Amino acid sequence: MRYLTAFRDPQRVRALAAMIRREVDASRSYRLLEFCGGHTHTIARYGLADLLPEAIRFVHGPGCPVCILPSARISAALEIAADPAVILCAYGDTVRVPGIDGRSLLQAKAAGADVRIVYSAAEALQLAQQQQQQQHRHQRQVVFFAVGFETTAPATAWVIEQAATQRLTHFSVFCNHVLTPPALHALLGEGAAVDGLIGPGHVSAIVGSEAYQPAVERFAKPLVVAGFEPLDLLQAVWMLVQQLNAGRCEVENQYRRGVDRIGNRKAQEQMAAVFEPRIDFTWRGLGRLPASGLGIRERYAAFDAERRFAVHRAAHQRHDDEPRHCACGAILRGHKEPAECPLFATRCTPDTPQGACMVSAEGACAADYHYRYHRQRAIR
Amino acid sequence: MAIDWVHGHVELAHGGGARRMHELIEELFYPAFDNPILSRGEDQAVLPSPLNGRVAVTTDSHVVTPLFFPGGDIGALAVHGTINDLAVGGAQPHYLSVALILEEGLALADLRRIIESLAAAARAARVEIVTGDTKVVERGKGDGIYIQTTGVGTVPTGVELSAQAIRPGDRLLLSGTLGDHGAAILSARSGVGFTSPIRSDSAALHDLVAVMLEAAPEIRCMRDPTRGGLAATLHELARQSGTAMQIYESALPLQPEVVSACELLGFDPLYLANEGKLVAVCPAEATERLLKAMQQHPLGAQAAIVGEVAAEPPGFVEMETVFGSWRTVDWLAGEQLPRIC
Repeated sequence: MRYLTAFRDPQRVRALAAMIRREVDASRSYRLLEFCGGHTHTIARYGLADLLPEAIRFVHGPGCPVCILPSARISAALEIAADPAVILCAYGDTVRVPGIDGRSLLQAKAAGADVRIVYSAAEALQLAQQQQQQQHRHQRQVVFFAVGFETTAPATAWVIEQAATQRLTHFSVFCNHVLTPPALHALLGEGAAVDGLIGPGHVSAIVGSEAYQPAVERFAKPLVVAGFEPLDLLQAVWMLVQQLNAGRCEVENQYRRGVDRIGNRKAQEQMAAVFEPRIDFTWRGLGRLPASGLGIRERYAAFDAERRFAVHRAAHQRHDDEPRHCACGAILRGHKEPAECPLFATRCTPDTPQGACMVSAEGACAADYHYRYHRQRAIR
Repeated sequence: MAIDWVHGHVELAHGGGARRMHELIEELFYPAFDNPILSRGEDQAVLPSPLNGRVAVTTDSHVVTPLFFPGGDIGALAVHGTINDLAVGGAQPHYLSVALILEEGLALADLRRIIESLAAAARAARVEIVTGDTKVVERGKGDGIYIQTTGVGTVPTGVELSAQAIRPGDRLLLSGTLGDHGAAILSARSGVGFTSPIRSDSAALHDLVAVMLEAAPEIRCMRDPTRGGLAATLHELARQSGTAMQIYESALPLQPEVVSACELLGFDPLYLANEGKLVAVCPAEATERLLKAMQQHPLGAQAAIVGEVAAEPPGFVEMETVFGSWRTVDWLAGEQLPRIC
């Protein structure tokens, strides 16, 4: 896998950073929103902001599916997992997220709930197939706690279809999939303080770069789809700086080795067959965004955990479910830096996350906390 | 009744103090661990007083899943882990106790394989297993086998390793590649969906330590970066010594396979466990001499200078990235968990 070193070549990184410095007009601002948490992680882990001129500021967007999951949905998952007849399968980074009462799936697991960390939707399906083979009185319900953007949604759709074909009776999905373009629309529509957009890489491999054309045209902000390596991101920054300097406003694609214009049609069809957009879905820190979440179609109702289990907390995320003084909403819109939040690094730390941005390592606050917070000196 | 080593399983009776337990001791443990102190068969091991130096004691419980993994198994690990805790204090390890908690249903063939591996690791390290204990818990109440080992060693007079001795300006040396054990365990666990040639680095480090102390008696302190990886170890050192640890990303020895596995799973090698590596802190003037001595030992062949000690900000760990930017290396919050996208 030589590409790991190739896209992290220090000489090229320094050369590209120097090119950007030459290109930047110090009298104007370049506030670049990277939507995706993977980008946030790369920027923080490699200290990329330190290599760039001050005029360039990264705004860390809501692109971490775990962070934006409202605490009510976690509480709903906790409710489902509390049933002794249920095995709840969850992705690793969802199990630490606190629900409304501060309890997480990891704590529920310690207290006796059968919560299993899986690496893929297929693993949950496999577990359900094994349950189907068991003697009737030993059979337990396998519920997959599905989370993620367009990247993980197709795989969830596929396992639901498989479960239907195989007539599995002990499998269902608690669906929390969310969609990128509607969220981008909502962010920009509310007047986010940004000049340009770094489009997500993996999501775009599914939806295609043209999915952003409407948002770019309507809000007149340039967008460059980027890969996840340091050189990818720097090249995307360079492309955005050039667009902004020239007054252009286009969708461009830096991540050509993974993304094309139309995306993965098969994955899109798979999603469309099983899911339909919800009227709205609550994003932690952003509130209720229209048509931004996926629900399971009536046809597959038998595999919808929300229909199968009496989930009380899922439907209504209340306003007061979010901690007071939490600035996540403002941070995600580029109005505030993590350090400007009164809770940051006091009540809110990676061990005791209060808001969306501190919850997963890819959140804006967590990345800042992990990689920057303790830096008390300037770069030597 | 003889033990069925091919098809048999651990039963509750194997820990019950009855004949079954004695069969296990006679047929498996005595022959595997054979030495005069153990074969006295008393309730305690009686050890000779050390001729010089001070006595060092450490204990460690081993609960790894899976029990067998590329590059090792829980048996060898239980020896190496405890020996290394002695070794990084400058102690020569001499004796081990071995306490087993077996789960009812563990295949006797697996038990034998583990015990033989444990015995072989002890022999290779010239360490004697002088006392032990076996308990059996009901099926479902253990992960096959847990092994707890306590080690006894002697620290030669004049050897005084301590984090308190660390001073700004000291250098940080690492004995080899980072994260091999952690990555091997992760990829051996089912459900990851890929195979890899990564092998655990599980090894006993006391011979390497002896070579290092001879070459550079002024070494301030040593640690083995096990759970929590290099990041956790450096945090401990920074905190205990009231200094700052600065490492250089470009100097960290890493196997490309480990880097790839970390990329796929969303892990950082700085936080992955090592079971055959150590970090040494030494005064700047001893650095080259120490590095050379380490590199001449097989377990230190890939040793490298990975950083230095600074005065400010005390208690913190920072890393210069390959691009020359700096970032904080934080503690890990809880367990490292796989990312989803």
